[in-house]
Amino acid sequence: MKKMNFHIVKREPMAWYKSVLVRAAAIVAALLVSAVVITILTGKNPFEVYASMVSGAFGSSLRIWSLLQNTAILLCISLAVTPAFKMKFWNCGAEGQVLISGLATTAVMMFLGDSLPYPVLLLVMLAASVLAGVIWAVIPAFFKAMWNTNETLFTLMMNYVAIQFVAFFLKYFVKSGSGVLAPMPEHGLPVLAGQSYLLNIIIVVALTVLVYIYLKKTKQGYEISVVGESENTAKYIGINVRKVVVRTLVVSGALCGIAGLLLVGGTNHTISTTTVDGRGFTAIMVSWLGKFNPVYMVMTSFLIVFLQRGASQVSTDFRLPSAISDIVTGIILFFIIGCEFFLQYKILSAKNRKEND
Amino acid sequence: MLAFLVSSIRLGMAFLFGSTGETITEKSGHLNLGIPGVMCVGASCGCFAEYLYLSEAGPNANYFLAVFIPIIATMLGGAVMGLIFSFLTVTLRANQNVTGLVLTTFGVGVSDYMIAETGAVYSKGSRFFTSSFPFAEDLGWFGEIFLSHGILIYLAIIIALVSSFVLTKTRVGLNLRAVGENPATADAAGINVSRYRYAATCIGCAIAGLGGLSFIMDYLNGNWEYCIDAIGWLAIALVIFTVWKPSVAIIGSIIFGALYIASSYITGVSFASKEIFKMLPYVVTIIVLVFTSIRNKRENQPPQSLGLSYFREER
Repeated sequence: MKKMNFHIVKREPMAWYKSVLVRAAAIVAALLVSAVVITILTGKNPFEVYASMVSGAFGSSLRIWSLLQNTAILLCISLAVTPAFKMKFWNCGAEGQVLISGLATTAVMMFLGDSLPYPVLLLVMLAASVLAGVIWAVIPAFFKAMWNTNETLFTLMMNYVAIQFVAFFLKYFVKSGSGVLAPMPEHGLPVLAGQSYLLNIIIVVALTVLVYIYLKKTKQGYEISVVGESENTAKYIGINVRKVVVRTLVVSGALCGIAGLLLVGGTNHTISTTTVDGRGFTAIMVSWLGKFNPVYMVMTSFLIVFLQRGASQVSTDFRLPSAISDIVTGIILFFIIGCEFFLQYKILSAKNRKEND
Repeated sequence: MLAFLVSSIRLGMAFLFGSTGETITEKSGHLNLGIPGVMCVGASCGCFAEYLYLSEAGPNANYFLAVFIPIIATMLGGAVMGLIFSFLTVTLRANQNVTGLVLTTFGVGVSDYMIAETGAVYSKGSRFFTSSFPFAEDLGWFGEIFLSHGILIYLAIIIALVSSFVLTKTRVGLNLRAVGENPATADAAGINVSRYRYAATCIGCAIAGLGGLSFIMDYLNGNWEYCIDAIGWLAIALVIFTVWKPSVAIIGSIIFGALYIASSYITGVSFASKEIFKMLPYVVTIIVLVFTSIRNKRENQPPQSLGLSYFREER
C-alpha cells in the first residue's frame, strides 16, 4: 500500500479569535472566487458588483427593515429545525411544515376573519398554525420512532404533499379562478409603532432566547443531546428514546407553525406555493453552520440573508439574471462548509508526526 | 391511451437516469440531496454544447455528433458537481445533507442563469434526440410503444441494466455495497473507501445529469421554460420506491411518469382536484417507505451507513 506522507488529526478546540479568522478567510476566498466567476460570466467589474450588494442590503431604511424581517423569518425556521437536528433527526421538511401552517393561518383569516372578534381571531390563527405544523412534523417522527423509517426522505416527500395542498386550496377556494389569493392585511397580525415588521422581529428574538434556554438549561434539552450523541447511551440511562423523538418533533413543528403564522399573518397576508421560497432548506444550513447554537445562528442567518438581498440588488443594478444570486450564494456556502474542516482537524506531515510522537 | 403510455415512458426515463445515478451514489453510503442541482447543471451543459455545435456546424450537423457532444458535455457537467460534493464530504468531511442542499441551490442557479442568458433556443437541437427508428410507424402499437423513442430512452434502460448487473454480480459492485453498508469493515478488508465514494458519486452524478438532458431535449422537445428541480426530488423518491434496485426502477420510473402526468389525461375531474392527483407520486413513495421499514426485510433496507461520513481516525 502507498505510504501516506501526511496525516489528519482532530485538533483541540481553537481559540475563538482564531476560528473567527479562519471563517473570515474562507469568506474572503469565496468572494474572490465569486468575483472571478462574475467577471467571466458578465464582464462587469466585481468591486462595483460588491458595492451594489452592500447597498442592496443596507442602502435605505426600507431595505434594512426588509433585511431584518427576512433574517427573522429565516432564523425562526432555523430555530424550529435545530432541536430535531441536535437529536440527529434530519428534518428536511421545514419547508412543508411552514407552508402547511401558513395554509392553516390563511384559511382562518379567510373564513373566520369577518365573523370573529380580532383578539379571538389572533388566538385561533395561532392555534391553527401551530397545530398544522405539529401534525406535519409528528407524522414522520411517529414512524421514525416506531419503525425507524428514514426521516430525511419522509420529510422531503411531505414538503411536496404540502405544496400540492396549497395549490389545490388556491384553485378551489379563490373565486376568480386565477389561483392568486388577494392579500388580507386587515386580518393580519397587529402593526407595532407603525413598523409592519417590528412584531415579527420581537417574537423571533424572544423565541431565540427561549430555544437557547430549552436546549442548554432544561432536562428535555439535555435528553435531546444525549439521544443525538448516542441512542444506546440514552436507552442505558433510562431515557425513553421514542418519547423524546416524538416530543422534540412536536416542539420543532410548533416552531415551524409560528414561522408560518409570521410569514402569512405578519408579512404576506396571503399564500402561494412559493411563500416559503426554499427557506426550509436554507434553515438547515443556517442551523448546521451555527453549530445548533441559537446565538451563532443569529449571525449565520444574517449572513445568508445579506448575501441573498445583496445579490438580488446586483441583478437589478446590472441587469443580470436574478439566478446569479443563487450561484454566488452557492459558492460562498461551499467555502464556509469546507472551512469547517480546518477548524476541526489539522494536517500533519509524516515528519512532523514523528516529532510529535 | 397510447399517447399517455408513450408520454409516461418519455418522462419516466428522465426519472430513471436520476434514480440510477442516485442509487449508485447511495450504495456507496452517500445521500446526495444535490441531485436536483446536478440534473439542472447536466441539462445546462448538454443544451449549451448542443447550441454551440449546431451554430458551428449549421445545416451540415451530423446526427452522431449532435447527439454525442451534448451527452459527453452533460456527463462532464454532472461529474464536476459530483466532484465538488465528494471533495467536501469525503476529503473535507462536511455534512452530506447540508452539502447536498447547497449543491442544489448552486445548480438551480447555474441553470436558471443559462436559460435567462441564452433564452430557450434548444428546440432546434431537440429533433436529434426525439428522432427514432424510421420503421417504427409501420408497426402499429408495438412500434409506438417500443420503437418510437429517441436515443436517450434506450440509453437510460441500458445504463439501468448495466448498473444493476455491476452492483449485484461483480466484485466492484460487492465492494461498493460493502463501503455503503459498513465502511470500517470494508476499509479493514483493504478496500479504499475514499476512492470508491469519489468514483461512485461522480459516476452517479454523470448519469443523473443525463436525466436533466433527457427531460429538456426529449420530453419537453427543447422548450425549456421551467425548472427541473422537482424532477430531481422525484428521482430521489424513486430510489426509495424501487428499494435501491436500478432494474426495478425501469418499471418504477414509468409508473412515476404516469402518476406525474395522469392529472392532465384524466377527464371529468375538476381543475382543482388535478392538484390532488399531482400529490400521488409523493404519497406513493411515503407509503412504500413506511411499508418497507415496517416489514424490515434485510434486502429492502437503505444502505446502513447512508448519510454518514467515514473517518478512519475516529473509529
